[in-house]
Amino acid sequence: MPLPPEGAAAFQGAARILSGLLEARTGQVLSEGRAWRMETALRPVLRAHGFQTIDDLAATLLRKRDPRLDEDVVNALLNNESSFFRDLQIFDMIHRQILPRIREERQDRTLRIWSAGCSTGQEAYSLAIRLRNDAERWQGWRIEILATDISTAAIEQARSGIFSQMDVQRGLAVGDLIKWFEPHGEDWRANPELRRMIDFRRDNLFDPRAPSGEYDLLLCRNVLLYFTPERRGAVLRLLGRHSHAGSVLLLGAGETVIGQGDDFLPHPDFRGGYASKALMAHCAGGSVRRAG
Amino acid sequence: MKNCLVVDDSKVIRKVARHILESLDLTVSEAVDGQDALTQCEASPPDVVLLDWNMPVMSGMEFLQALSSAKMAARPKIIFCTTENGISHIKAAVEAGADEYVMKPFDRETLESKLAIVGVI
Repeated sequence: MPLPPEGAAAFQGAARILSGLLEARTGQVLSEGRAWRMETALRPVLRAHGFQTIDDLAATLLRKRDPRLDEDVVNALLNNESSFFRDLQIFDMIHRQILPRIREERQDRTLRIWSAGCSTGQEAYSLAIRLRNDAERWQGWRIEILATDISTAAIEQARSGIFSQMDVQRGLAVGDLIKWFEPHGEDWRANPELRRMIDFRRDNLFDPRAPSGEYDLLLCRNVLLYFTPERRGAVLRLLGRHSHAGSVLLLGAGETVIGQGDDFLPHPDFRGGYASKALMAHCAGGSVRRAG
Repeated sequence: MKNCLVVDDSKVIRKVARHILESLDLTVSEAVDGQDALTQCEASPPDVVLLDWNMPVMSGMEFLQALSSAKMAARPKIIFCTTENGISHIKAAVEAGADEYVMKPFDRETLESKLAIVGVI
């Protein structure tokens, strides 16, 4: 039912306050489509904190500082949609092309992966599953998977490794479900071996603490689309600082580095992947080494 | 266009599955139990079978066993789709030759994902 004109104006006012909070805390901009789903997303927060309407919530946020309420609002407004092996072709390319290349080139037998904006962790778990299924090839390698997200709720869920029946049916092959997950009440839980492979950290891409040194594979998929062009550039600069000449960056379908600065270029070998600009300086030089 | 045989004794489930599968550009035929499915598979094997577990006349597991000795040009991919959600059932189905497993209730995204995993779409 459409809101009466005065209701619509009040809702838009509240929406502006709430989207302003989201942008200030995360850099994400609410598109019109997401703004109209705001009320549904915030319903559990209204209930938990005893607010009748979204206007009451917005008024309280303006009146007093309540970090817990801020956090709950931000967590509710973030889009935590994720699934295992999302975009199968990307995971096939990682498995068949990118990882073999890294194995050939890395002299110190260390593989470092960063899943930036990992949401509830399915992407990181998918990578861990592929690596463990291919354990023989990675024997003697040190594997580090860092997975970061701004949402405390998403990171807590990711760290727990607990996924609903619906979650594990989206993208996860039944063989991997049997091998790497255990029933956990009505849900499923990633087994400890898999959970130990991933370092989940709550982190902000605009004030990063978690990443250190350089990563061979960086995934920042379906994250940039929520940012303004300036902020996209800032994220790519951050990712660039944590890349070396052999690093590969993967973005979401529909996301690009083009027009977002010169930190990355379309990768010459991996379709849809991006190479650090340092690659161009090194590509004639043989083996690619990490500096840090 | 690839085709899917939906095997379920529930008319409602067949209807829901048909609706989703057709929206994924598959042609759909239906069977009410394992025996009906076996007859249809022998006459014209589909690309994929969406298979319920508990059915009268012939169960999903009995169908799977019968299918392995049936004379067919090409074996269809088998996706169990059942309310039997325990890990022992899932393991038994995979050991019996199922390619994938859907735990009911299911939605479009789940079916789409499983069909992609078995390479039908």
